[in-house]
Amino acid sequence: MRLLRHQLKWEQRLFWRSRESAVFVFLFPILLFALLTAVYNGHIDGRPASWGLLAGMIGYGAANTAFAGLAITLVSRREIGILKRIRATPLPPAVYLTAVLVSIMIVFAIQVASLFALGRLLKSTPWPTHLLSLVLSLALGAAVFAALGLAITGFIRSLEGSSAVLNVIVLPAAFLTGSFGPTRHYPKVLRAIGDVLPLKYLLDLIKGIYLHGQQFWDKPLAIGVLAGWGIFGMVVALRTFRWEPREG
Amino acid sequence: MNIEITDLTRRFGRNQAVAGVSLQAGPGVFGLLGPNGAGKTTTIEILEGYRTRDGGDVEVLGFDPERAGSAFRERIGVVLQQSQLWPNLTVAETHRMFAGYYEHPRNVDEVIVLVGLAEKRDARVKTLSGGQKRRLDLGVALVGDPDLVFLDEPTTGFDPAARRAAWDMIRSLRSLGKTILLTTHYLDEAEQLADRLAVLREGVIIREGTPAELTAGSNETEVRYREDGQDVVVRTTEPTKLLQRLTTEALAEGRELEGLSVRRPTLEDVYLSLTAEHEE
Repeated sequence: MRLLRHQLKWEQRLFWRSRESAVFVFLFPILLFALLTAVYNGHIDGRPASWGLLAGMIGYGAANTAFAGLAITLVSRREIGILKRIRATPLPPAVYLTAVLVSIMIVFAIQVASLFALGRLLKSTPWPTHLLSLVLSLALGAAVFAALGLAITGFIRSLEGSSAVLNVIVLPAAFLTGSFGPTRHYPKVLRAIGDVLPLKYLLDLIKGIYLHGQQFWDKPLAIGVLAGWGIFGMVVALRTFRWEPREG
Repeated sequence: MNIEITDLTRRFGRNQAVAGVSLQAGPGVFGLLGPNGAGKTTTIEILEGYRTRDGGDVEVLGFDPERAGSAFRERIGVVLQQSQLWPNLTVAETHRMFAGYYEHPRNVDEVIVLVGLAEKRDARVKTLSGGQKRRLDLGVALVGDPDLVFLDEPTTGFDPAARRAAWDMIRSLRSLGKTILLTTHYLDEAEQLADRLAVLREGVIIREGTPAELTAGSNETEVRYREDGQDVVVRTTEPTKLLQRLTTEALAEGRELEGLSVRRPTLEDVYLSLTAEHEE
């Protein structure tokens, strides 16, 4: 427990001190939200557009922070030998990874709070009502994306390519699943792709709760699909996660 | 003995990286010397607990590193051949972060002074020179107050002054009664620092002993002089006889043996002949 607190403190310091992570991981979804709400007015599905965009940006934030941000952090540490070096210390690997995961959850939580506050400020979006349901949904979503983030590190060979690869995954996924606006008018093929992605089901949960007053447990299908993706991520991560840089 | 290895083997694919290494090391500096690909790093990484072994017995501080956990890692310090630390933390912060992993860490400021980074205490790691980063690696390896320190090519890329400073640090570690396992391909470094040395080639130890024993093991002496403006080099196992013959002839002919020198082989000569044997 002492070790976990120690590492968590340093993980937070490392995150906020790095311009790359603070800007691209934390700030980017918030900036995007500010831009999109400035452009879209009017209504989507009978609610002000800004409400839906807020929900969409929270989902995109989950993918960007817990999946892409986590994966970039771990790949860069692996490739410069930090992960290997840490393994020679008494800090247990499980405690280390837990600290990294909890730290990224904290970043995501602050990001979500900032999005609600900014929405309130710019567009008078309402505060969320079913708080417990929202927290459960976001915790599930972040955990699923973190598992997938751990899993994908095994497939990224170098630090140079990692950010590009992850953006090529996250941005189209966010677009296809409706983070940036409704997908109803998309071609069938694109909607079909979006329908298998985990972000789609996290957005279902968030929109159901925030826009339509539903509860977490009203969406068993979304919970099931997310859990499936999470288990898939864990299994792949257990098989492919590496602590050491590539040889040579 | 803090390190005991018997018949250690390790293969990577078709490459038999370690092919039956046995050695023992107690307090002091034990040097592992050898060309690239000789199995130095594989051996040291098995001892550190990074690699599994195919065969043989390994005991480090009474632990089997393959199965050892935190109790083992409390007592070792590691400088990897290649690794970096967080660019955005300062020297002091990096030490503090690592100190937190150990039950009984050393005082962070003392360690920073010991490795000669006091002036860079609050500098970000990314602003350090290559040599300073290497000293940071060493400081971080010492912050847990280890009994056993693994140094995998710790001075590669150092300028001569930085290397001497590093040597002084390693000597001061030795004087504290630590065990240090050092790999290097610098012969002067091994000769200067190591109490005992093993020369590795193709995964086996081809010679082991103190630096003096290793050079004594070769019984050739090199005699050089100049004759008719030409350099003459003679290697002999009987230098006394050779010198007597040369000097008698020279005296009889009334000439001087210009540029006469008699040289014992250095560790470098021994090492080069040992590691070259196979290639011929």
